[in-house]
Amino acid sequence: MQTFLGIDYPTWWFLVVGAVFTGYAILDGFDLGAGALHLFFKKDESRRIALNAIGPVWDGNEVWLVIGGGALFAGFPEVYATIFSAFYIPFMLFLTVLILRAIAIEFRSKETMLWWRKTWDIIYSVASITIALLLGVVLGNVMQGIPINKDFEYVGGFFNLLNPYALITGVTVVALFMMHGATYLIMKTEKRLHTKLRVLAKNTSRFFVISYVALTMATLIYLPHTAEKFRTHPYLFLIPLLTILTIINTRRLLEKGVFFRAFLSSALTSALLLITVTINLFPNIVLSTINPAYNITIYNGASSQKSLGIMLIIAAIGVPLVAAYTIFVFWTFRGKVKMDETSY
Amino acid sequence: MDVEILSRIQFAFTVSFHYIYPPLSIGLGVMLVVMEGMYLKTGKKIYETMTKFWIKIFALIFGIGVATGIVMEFEFGTNWATYSRYVGDIFGSALAAEGIFAFALESGFLGLLLFGWNRVSPKVHFFSTIMVALGSMFSAIWIVVANSWQQTPAGFHLVGHGMKVRAEVTDFWAMVFNPSSMDRLSHVLVGAFLAGSFLVLSVHAYYLLKNRHEEISKKAFKLALIVATISGLLQLVTGHNSADGVSKNQPAKLAAFEGHYDSLKVADMYLFGVVNQDKKTVSGLKIPGGLTFLLYQNFTTPVKGLNAFAVNDRPKQINAIFQVYHLMIAIGVTIIGLTLFAVFLWWRGKLFQYKWLMAIFSYSVLLPQLGNQMGWFSAEMGRQPWVVYGLLRTSDALSKAVRADQVLFSLILFTTVYVLLFALFIYLLNKKIKYGFSEAEPVPIIETIHDQTLN
Ligand code: HDD
Ligand code: HEM
Ligand code: HEM
Repeated sequence: MQTFLGIDYPTWWFLVVGAVFTGYAILDGFDLGAGALHLFFKKDESRRIALNAIGPVWDGNEVWLVIGGGALFAGFPEVYATIFSAFYIPFMLFLTVLILRAIAIEFRSKETMLWWRKTWDIIYSVASITIALLLGVVLGNVMQGIPINKDFEYVGGFFNLLNPYALITGVTVVALFMMHGATYLIMKTEKRLHTKLRVLAKNTSRFFVISYVALTMATLIYLPHTAEKFRTHPYLFLIPLLTILTIINTRRLLEKGVFFRAFLSSALTSALLLITVTINLFPNIVLSTINPAYNITIYNGASSQKSLGIMLIIAAIGVPLVAAYTIFVFWTFRGKVKMDETSY
Repeated sequence: MDVEILSRIQFAFTVSFHYIYPPLSIGLGVMLVVMEGMYLKTGKKIYETMTKFWIKIFALIFGIGVATGIVMEFEFGTNWATYSRYVGDIFGSALAAEGIFAFALESGFLGLLLFGWNRVSPKVHFFSTIMVALGSMFSAIWIVVANSWQQTPAGFHLVGHGMKVRAEVTDFWAMVFNPSSMDRLSHVLVGAFLAGSFLVLSVHAYYLLKNRHEEISKKAFKLALIVATISGLLQLVTGHNSADGVSKNQPAKLAAFEGHYDSLKVADMYLFGVVNQDKKTVSGLKIPGGLTFLLYQNFTTPVKGLNAFAVNDRPKQINAIFQVYHLMIAIGVTIIGLTLFAVFLWWRGKLFQYKWLMAIFSYSVLLPQLGNQMGWFSAEMGRQPWVVYGLLRTSDALSKAVRADQVLFSLILFTTVYVLLFALFIYLLNKKIKYGFSEAEPVPIIETIHDQTLN
């Protein structure tokens, strides 16, 4: 097997996919979170400010999901095929709400009628919450494993997917994004909206801590294999510890008024959650609840060495480029939201 | 109805709906570069106003293009899982490259394009416009390469057997430059330039018809007419190259395009007609030996017909394929005629003298739209029964874990959402166009949404 810096290609690609989805959780996480909080803002002007805070960047953020999907398809076609056909109905709902959310952002401020704006505001907010929830449900099921047979075909039904563990994961992701979104908006707003958001940030981080603790307990109960991994590698306990620390740190930085650093700290919380998942799974990607021999791993689910090699080159050229202009765009729009004639 | 037919309907419906928007984004992107370039060069306010107006329309189109495109990306996995396993090694890398190089580029710079007027210098803004235009063209490159690989596979070998067969890359560049990719890419891009330039033509023809914004509209109309005329002529060339390629690589498809059954005969070319699939004949207006002539430059060489292929290895709906293909060509000819006529009037200094011409142009945006749709229907229906030509059948490519009722559910879901989306799109587009060029649309601030005046 070919290697680069002593690490084989499938592992590299696993890291790439993990990094892209982590990037997605951090970036789209804050704009989904802003959406989830949208209905808490009562004045039309506040809602417009909140929308314009994400205006220039949300579309670029969503592209990380597209890249992630492509990266999965390219590197682990078995995983892409199995997961997407297994979660058929959740994914179709997911796509629908994704469309609704995009057009709600786009259309909301294009008319002045009250009912028009109210309707789109509700669609936008509900869609944002639903997206976060469904992402969490999929994540929860991936952590638990799903019934797949030796051909990597899903043999369960729809309701298998809506189990308590997956739902707890879903709620945790919603809470995480809300907290992250509030932290982002604090950075972009002024005056009363800003004050209000600081209260929201406090409440949402409480909400997150509670659901995170519930999730951790549920993990120990429902997923003995994870507990096993933690027993054999005790230093893994550092990760939940770090997660809690980053939340405390975010709160501390918010109190101090260094909002950008607070936002980075909150981004770290999202990253840690996904790193936990990644470590837990490796080297499996999809666990079979029927027989561990049917697990899809980074080896039996991967593309050929040749293809992975090509794509690692593509990623090595592409990812720094994307990172560079993403930073450029964020930097251009730094600072508080100012409304002008180009705003939503 | 079974999973296969439902999945095909769903894919065709969602991709056709998606494909209303990308050609407009790509073509309008080019027009924006032209307009803003004129602004930077001449410094005239009128070009700035023009650019700003079209950027707003671009944003609307782009937004729906993105929303509907994400569906496409996931649909391979949800509905065509076997296909995804089969081609993942090849197709996946094209899709990943598309995400990284194209979508990220366009979406990243879109923010600057829309909201950056007061934040960056005019030069940086122009740079962003170019990046967005380039990004949308890149996405055409990768997706068309992937689709062309399905039509004319190259640079791969098959590994595994039975259920687990799949294609793996052996030669990346042979895969990228497979026999049909460059012909089809040029045809698709030029088709997109037509879509964008005709949108500009239509809207400004409408203003001229109503005697509104005359100065700006005359300028914009001429800019777009230049792009449209060149593209129209180019489309004939790229289309001919594609047809030539199809005759070599997918003879059954070409035979279906012309409803040509008998391999021993010289092939005619029809201007229009109807295929009788039972009698295996075509009746209509034809140029005898026309197809033979286009392919071999003589009137005697026979062309392989549908009878040369087993019934299971050739497309079934010959008449439908014949019709969509001929509609595309008829549209191409109409576009060339219309643009050349307008250029002729321009040369005589009479371009804006005839109301009826502007009336025709104000509806002309429908021509390239229909042309693009019909083109894809020809290419994709003509490829049947194969998903990967000669290797994997459409009926074998499905997801085994998905049931018919699930697909029916999602099909109804998408139909509902897309109908709503399309109605809103037309409504807002119409409103923007009616509103016209006044600086910026007001976005009045309504004081409170609810009664409380808290934030
Ligand atoms: C000729 C060009 C072309 C063709 C044939 C297609 N698309 Fe497309 N697509 C575009 C050109 C494009 C675009 C111009 O780049 C869009 C439209 C608006 C936009 O934002 O990007 C886009 C958007 C778009 C997006 C959203 C990207 C984003 O978030 O920015 C996805 C995931 C896809 N497409 C995927 C597909 C798939 C899987 C197709 C094949 C079945 C497909 N497209 C056909
Ligand atoms: C590389 C990307 C593409 C893939 C993998 C792909 C694959 C498929 C598949 C699996 C189907 C359903 C099977 C069938 O034809 O019955 C289909 C149908 C179709 N596709 Fe594509 N396609 C691609 C690109 C496109 C694009 C960009 C368009 C543009 C509009 C398009 C237009 C169509 C149409 C119109 C049909 C319906 C044809 C029919 O029902 O027979 N395809 N394609
Ligand atoms: C002027 C005469 C034209 C000719 C001779 C021509 C020829 C062709 C041929 C042979 C194909 C099938 C290629 C394949 O299956 O590999 C095709 C596809 C297509 N055509 Fe045309 N075409 C013409 C005009 C147009 C026009 C005016 C448009 C739209 C504005 C258009 C848009 C398309 C599209 C989108 C496809 C599908 C993509 C592809 O397969 O390349 N064509 N055309």
